[in-house]
Amino acid sequence: MKRFAALIAQLELSNKTNDKIAALVSYFEEADAQDKPYVIAMFTGKRPKRPVSTALVRAWATELSAIPPWLFAESYHSVGDLSETIALILPPPSQLVERPLHQWIKDLAQLNGKDDASKKDFILKAWDSLNTQERFIFNKLISGNFRIGVSNKMLVNALARQSHTESSKIMHSIMGRWDPALISYEELVEGTHVNTDSSWPYPFCLAYALDSQPETLGDTSVWQAEWKWDGIRGQIVKRNGELFIWSRGEELVTDQFPELHFLNDLLEDGTVLDGEILSIKDGKVQAFSILQQRLNRKTINKSQLNDAPIGFYTYDLLEHLGKDLRQQPLKQRRKLLEQVISNLHGQQTVILSPVIDFDSWEVLASLRLGSRDINSEGIMLKKLDSMYHSGRKRGDWWKWKINPYTVDTVMIYAQKGSGRRASFFTDYTFAVRDGDKLITIAKAYSGLTDKEIKEVDGFVKKNAIEKFGPVRTVKPELVFEIAFEGIAESKRHKAGLALRFPRIVRWRKDKKADEINTLEDLRQLLEATL
Amino acid sequence: MALITFTSKGIYCKQGDFYIDPWKPVKLAVTTHGHADHVKWGNDVYLCHELTKPVLLHRLGADLKIQTLRYGEEITINGVKLSLHPAGHVIGSAQIRLEYKGEIAVVSGDYKVADDGISTAFEPVKCHTFVSESTFGLPIYKWQPQEVIFQQIRDWATQNQAQQKTSVLVAYSLGKAQRLIHGLSGNEPIYVHQSIANLNDAFVAAGVKLPQTVRITTDIRKEELQQGIVIVPPALADGRWIKNLQQAATGVCSGWMQVRASRRWRSADAGFALSDHADWPGLLSAISATSAEKVFVTHGFTATFSKYLNEIGIPAEEVKTQYGQEEDDAPLTDQVPEYTEETKEHTD
Repeated sequence: MKRFAALIAQLELSNKTNDKIAALVSYFEEADAQDKPYVIAMFTGKRPKRPVSTALVRAWATELSAIPPWLFAESYHSVGDLSETIALILPPPSQLVERPLHQWIKDLAQLNGKDDASKKDFILKAWDSLNTQERFIFNKLISGNFRIGVSNKMLVNALARQSHTESSKIMHSIMGRWDPALISYEELVEGTHVNTDSSWPYPFCLAYALDSQPETLGDTSVWQAEWKWDGIRGQIVKRNGELFIWSRGEELVTDQFPELHFLNDLLEDGTVLDGEILSIKDGKVQAFSILQQRLNRKTINKSQLNDAPIGFYTYDLLEHLGKDLRQQPLKQRRKLLEQVISNLHGQQTVILSPVIDFDSWEVLASLRLGSRDINSEGIMLKKLDSMYHSGRKRGDWWKWKINPYTVDTVMIYAQKGSGRRASFFTDYTFAVRDGDKLITIAKAYSGLTDKEIKEVDGFVKKNAIEKFGPVRTVKPELVFEIAFEGIAESKRHKAGLALRFPRIVRWRKDKKADEINTLEDLRQLLEATL
Repeated sequence: MALITFTSKGIYCKQGDFYIDPWKPVKLAVTTHGHADHVKWGNDVYLCHELTKPVLLHRLGADLKIQTLRYGEEITINGVKLSLHPAGHVIGSAQIRLEYKGEIAVVSGDYKVADDGISTAFEPVKCHTFVSESTFGLPIYKWQPQEVIFQQIRDWATQNQAQQKTSVLVAYSLGKAQRLIHGLSGNEPIYVHQSIANLNDAFVAAGVKLPQTVRITTDIRKEELQQGIVIVPPALADGRWIKNLQQAATGVCSGWMQVRASRRWRSADAGFALSDHADWPGLLSAISATSAEKVFVTHGFTATFSKYLNEIGIPAEEVKTQYGQEEDDAPLTDQVPEYTEETKEHTD
């Protein structure tokens, strides 16, 4: 457990990917052989059944630390993480015991089915034998929810470096079916339980945002324009009778999208398609908010399949009959792609992303204004003679996005930041008007300058109406313009809807609180996107 | 008539007609310690511990009128007996004890209970009314013994050296810096930024014994710094100065570093939970040792802490002050944000 605790501490201390990968590599060099598959399982979200409920763990911790429940709640609020709150709040351990990580995990799994008294006994003893950092980890093991900023990609890169293996092979291997209790680290890295020779994807070609007028791109005739779809970038690989779907994060997401599995029968071996995974219903691309219901789920139920059916808009062909096409010009790849798609008869799930017909930049600019009507977020511009680059390269591919949505809101709650900004109110909650009431619509961390933060902070201190722990209700007076990328229905929010990526654009000192938007404005916007 | 009241200028003793740590200019400012949120420029006369005097002269100017006392020495002002007692916060920090007609009040300023070996150790003082800070007034804040933290810092510095990185510790120039210099002796050379060096010189001139440090000047080559530990104030923590060092690892020394979110927020390479404020058990033990019948809770988790004190049978009330915007937060040069509201007067 000590070595793993040290790894977690290292991962948390740095925000640089290289440092994190180095920490992971050295962990996999040194760690207990039996621990390693469990760590990989944990970091990739393979969760064991939770042996004890959160409510019980929380109640026992409160009892043990001899503080009233409200004080526990305040502490939790301040820390922001239950496992950490418990680790910090418990009395110091009476003795320290070192046991390997996999032993803890196995013991926890054995608590399933036992009565609460024996569960409590085990957990209290464990807490009493671990230091703060180890307790934190132990609590995370109970919850099975270990999110500490290690993406699958990062983990795979570390494993690849440690084992000198191709990273796509490792990705395929760890996304496969395996049990940390039965597989060894070497077997896992080798991918002996899957065939990793078929699955490898190509690095995605990425576009830069167009930061000037399109006229600067010169003659329209050398450019191909397509809609920019707001979904999940994906690559579909068919080789040796197997189908693989890779997402932009180079994660294998094949299982999440059963609607696309028919391609295994229809595509020829040695085909790789590039495109966008979208929710498509009755031939119409649906809003990202609908696609979202389908993402990162271990199981998919019938109503999700019904409400958010998946489709694929394809716009590039990277491999055909086993041949790498990336050095060929877009124009030729597109021609071959059209052929490949026209061979998929009688289906409406995989669709050729249309090319936009335009003969001047003005025409294209006016077409772009209609992007939102078809749930597109703007236009992609690709040079007809461009090859398929690895990663981002300036000049050949551009994304010309439409501007974000904005809404004028009033600030109604403020909360202090943490650490160095603990004395400043930096986190705000914003509301829109609903009749004569105000309804919260978004929370945003400051997108303001330091000077503005100080000014808002002064306002909050002078105009605080009520106090709920660290939160202050303030006089609804300051108007802020909030930008967001999308809007979705939400049962969790009082307003009945939630904004995607809300952030402060500017402080509208020129506006008064009675000039802000209404909930009805947002409802109409939601209707328009569905 | 209460011995202390909370006014828009600061904590006021009516019977003695003086203020304690006022934030607006007054005739007589009794000063607990030299941190920027506890002492302001512009008072006619300052009354403080003899080791706070060099700090005030250094920070507020040489032409101040300062009267000093030793710990335990008693004077009488307009019939109010006044004495200073160690607060253990920084060198020279003092609790102010007031006594008038048998009624005793203690204003503790900032304090910590554990002895850091360089600030005179905290001394509980029996009183009827106690004014306590609550910077870390949540039960999640429990400090490790400082030796444990110093060992962590030493290990970290050794590791940095092996990787050819300069270890840069971020610490407030008054208090934390001297504590580090003292606690890390044996790990010389220790290089200090000039704002810290200047303060150290003032302390040494006043008779404080401090281990040898090296003042960072432009003559010192960056490679040389790699051999030791560098201490800089928070104002430089995110600045170009550290970036200009070829390879530097920064470690923030602050009680806030107890919580992961704060460590991440600071984006330092390391966080060490070393605080000059009392932790939760420290606050509770200090308060109980005073046997106070009434506790006023200032800066920090005031609402939570006073609510808890009331629940465990210690009558407590939260008070708004302008303290608590100091060492763990704002750099020295930063102005405390304007605060114009009238502070409620307590007259019970």
